[in-house]
Amino acid sequence: MELEGRWQDLDKLLARDGNLVGPGFEPGPELREFLQTDCRVLCIGAGGLGCEILKDLALSGFVNVDVIDMDTIDVSNLNRQFLFRMSDVGKPKAVVAAERVNARVAGARVTPHYCRIEDLPPSFYSEFTIIILGLDSLEARRWMNSMACSLLEYEDDGSPDMSTIKPLVDGGTEGFKGHARVIIPGVTPCFECTLWLFPPQTKFPLCTLAETPRSAAHCIEYAHLILWSQQRAGEEFDADCEEHMKWVFERATERARQYGIPGVTYQLTQGVVKNIIPAIASTNAIISAACVLEALKAVTMCSSGLNNYLMYTGSQGIYTHTVAYEKDESCPVCSAGVLLQAPADATLQQVIDLMLAHPTLGRLMAHPSVSHGATPLYMRGVLEDGTRANLGRPMAELLRGEGVEAAALLTVNDKKLSAPLRVRLRRRRRRRRRAAELDGRAGCRGAHACMCMRAPRFV
Amino acid sequence: MSSPGDDSRSKRYDRQIRIWGAEGQSRLEAARVLLLNCGPTGSETLKNLVLGGIAAFTVVDAARVSARDLGNNFFVAPESLGEPRAKVVTALLKEMNECVAGSYVETPPEALVEADPGFVDRFDLVVATQMTEPHLLHLESLCRSKGVKLLAVRSYGLAGYMRASMPEHTVIESKPDTQVDDLRLTRPWPALREFAASFNIEALDDGAHKHVPYVVLIQQALESWRRERGGAPPSTAAERAEFKRRLAGMRRVGPEGVPMEEENVDEALKAAFHAWTQPSIPPEVRRVLEDERASPAAADAHTPGDDFWLLAAALRAFVANEGGGCLPLEGSIPDMHATTDLYLRLQRVYRAEAEAHAAAVEAHAARMLAAAGRPGGGVAAGAARHFCRNARNLRVVRYRTLAEEVAPESARGEALAEALGEEGTAANASLYVLLRAADRFHSTHGSFPGVLEGEVEADMAALKGLAQQVVAEVGASGAAAADDYACEMCRLGAAELHVVAAVMGGMAAQEAIKLITRQFVPFGGTLIYNAITSTTSVLDL
Repeated sequence: MELEGRWQDLDKLLARDGNLVGPGFEPGPELREFLQTDCRVLCIGAGGLGCEILKDLALSGFVNVDVIDMDTIDVSNLNRQFLFRMSDVGKPKAVVAAERVNARVAGARVTPHYCRIEDLPPSFYSEFTIIILGLDSLEARRWMNSMACSLLEYEDDGSPDMSTIKPLVDGGTEGFKGHARVIIPGVTPCFECTLWLFPPQTKFPLCTLAETPRSAAHCIEYAHLILWSQQRAGEEFDADCEEHMKWVFERATERARQYGIPGVTYQLTQGVVKNIIPAIASTNAIISAACVLEALKAVTMCSSGLNNYLMYTGSQGIYTHTVAYEKDESCPVCSAGVLLQAPADATLQQVIDLMLAHPTLGRLMAHPSVSHGATPLYMRGVLEDGTRANLGRPMAELLRGEGVEAAALLTVNDKKLSAPLRVRLRRRRRRRRRAAELDGRAGCRGAHACMCMRAPRFV
Repeated sequence: MSSPGDDSRSKRYDRQIRIWGAEGQSRLEAARVLLLNCGPTGSETLKNLVLGGIAAFTVVDAARVSARDLGNNFFVAPESLGEPRAKVVTALLKEMNECVAGSYVETPPEALVEADPGFVDRFDLVVATQMTEPHLLHLESLCRSKGVKLLAVRSYGLAGYMRASMPEHTVIESKPDTQVDDLRLTRPWPALREFAASFNIEALDDGAHKHVPYVVLIQQALESWRRERGGAPPSTAAERAEFKRRLAGMRRVGPEGVPMEEENVDEALKAAFHAWTQPSIPPEVRRVLEDERASPAAADAHTPGDDFWLLAAALRAFVANEGGGCLPLEGSIPDMHATTDLYLRLQRVYRAEAEAHAAAVEAHAARMLAAAGRPGGGVAAGAARHFCRNARNLRVVRYRTLAEEVAPESARGEALAEALGEEGTAANASLYVLLRAADRFHSTHGSFPGVLEGEVEADMAALKGLAQQVVAEVGASGAAAADDYACEMCRLGAAELHVVAAVMGGMAAQEAIKLITRQFVPFGGTLIYNAITSTTSVLDL
């Protein structure tokens, strides 16, 4: 039984009409009813953002919420992940967070999933009305993005089928700064469209670490990346193991002493090795609430929505900026299909080679499987033996029934992808110019001056 | 220095100590905060501060936990229905962090302030939430008279309001996000010239050549340029291009005539602007130096532990004398391609000069103190160095009183008219006017507009009238609050939505942390958050 007046604040927003509402807003008690019954929200992450998002959802009328997190609670989470206590350290975040919200907010039904996002099938993800991301890694964001985009279907005229759209709301913070964005696949840009928003990680050249260290971080990375594999070969480094971290710290201290470099501390060692992003409760609160507000708007149209990116900076005064980023019409993940030109007589192998050399497709795949409709053309894994012979056959033969010049929609999958990509193959007679362009691109991969490989930042 | 044997406190606060350091954390751990009203806006603000580890808080609130609280506040529980809200919120906030002390007073904040003006004395910061203008004016005059910082925060429908009030806030470590390195190549001092001249670059073997720090490459190229051109650095676009060609010409060519990959030369080309860019004083710092408080008289008012204005006066003296118009050198250099030894030697050259500058600033301060008849009361050890290292980051924020902002004779009507007229700020300035109008409505009607079903239309007309009154009173002639926003204010009838409260609580906690740690820069003026457009505006009224 709901207490009289409990939702009086929310009801004003949902039950009264206004001039600054979203398109097709239909105020009335049905909206809150929808939030409390049929609407299902998925929250990815039960960390700094996730804890806030779950609380904000429960107090914005949402009832059926699922949360996925593969992590367990650490002491360093307690400065912001307010659902956790010292006695929870070591327990799964998703489970504890769900328990706390359900206990505090009457009626809330938060269901935890203590697992990786990759462990759940597309059928799981397709069940939700909207998905909110409270993640700290670009890789996980890209995975979820491609999952949501793969659920999108296009009409014959190339417009997105609205009933298949799975909106994403994404938040991220670092120190006093953060962002919130709304991704409506097929309508607003997806992660892949605006990948350039994420700056590359700083990496130190191995030769600097090995020969000319100049900073405390250089000494730490030397111990972590070079000494470890030399002196503890065969043992996998675990950043969460205190003995391992201490070992790196001591070796780094020793190296810094030898070179006369100041500044190696245990705290810095952890920061460098684990690439720790500083985080505080207040910024997470702002960004999470902005995300849940946008989710509420997207689901009910109770107010005009964010289009489509909000940047928040609180370190120098308070400054916000909203930007309407634009979709990449040839995005391999959210568009109706990436256009791939191939010569009319190209074989399947040649088409696969063109995909791997393609500037956007190439970075998304390593060992693609290709199918056309329900017909597998070349598949990795158990079907490989049966389809390998197709590699040498011309596409024209494999795509029987389609004209030589016609475009064919191929479905391409790869281990690196969470969901298949759409590739629109267009075969044409000339190939010389295109091939030359591709060769030029392949040749411009920059080489490091010392010819040594860049040290990987994440291990 | 922390060690692997860290106690749980530094582990617990690790992610924030990386932002404000041990010093910032210890300031936070000494802070006492008073919260007035503990609805969602107040509870959320305090939640973020309790998690951060403030010393203590006190909640003042007269309400009993109602059904409404269960719909918008996380720090009440279903079983606490009917209990004092202050008590329940305090208990649930304390549960998050056993290091924080918390207490409550079950009384209306307005009444407490009236009955016991000395109450605010016990706190470093007062966070006043969901209070209307008349009560805020009263509270402000009390806080100003007691020297306590005030932060007023409000969530109202899809709008938020925040305003800080205190005479001034000074910051040494404003920690700007990006800053150009200060290499002083346009004004090399003897030790730097000597260091650069000690390289016979031509004679080095290839391995050594590519490890010469780029600062040396630019400095040498600049010296020879100056010798040829009568001392002037490259200034026209053509000269700069020519200078860059010279730097590029320093790149070794391999046996096949192929230029060698030399990262130090690449870096020198990217940093070539240091050859002609004079070190500058940021406008905010210039304002500090030109401030009337940055004078030798600051020595009279100097109290140990608050060196800001005395050091600003000493800094001003340094700039006018030894500095030759420049701020002291910070003493740090960016990482650059070089051998360990050369890099560390170059670092020492910069550090030594920075130490000399800091000593000069400290000497100015000592002279000022002596002249004021307060010798021996010198600045704290290392304070001058810290100040000099942050010379480009110094900031002062001054706050007008809320009383000045609203009184017709001192209100900035033109600024408001401008904000109402400009596309980028019109909506948010409208919300500002409408919030003030809503308070007037509350004063006369005893409730906020749009609260009662069936009265929404009538309230809207009244609210628009009051908004016009506010605009006219402050002299913002010709301007008006947007009608759509007046409708929206009435539609939402002073609802305190959890998400809006969480955004405002987050921003308020950030401001509180900036004020308490004396790091980063708090906003000056009045902040309006517009949850409809997801924008904020800071109005200087």
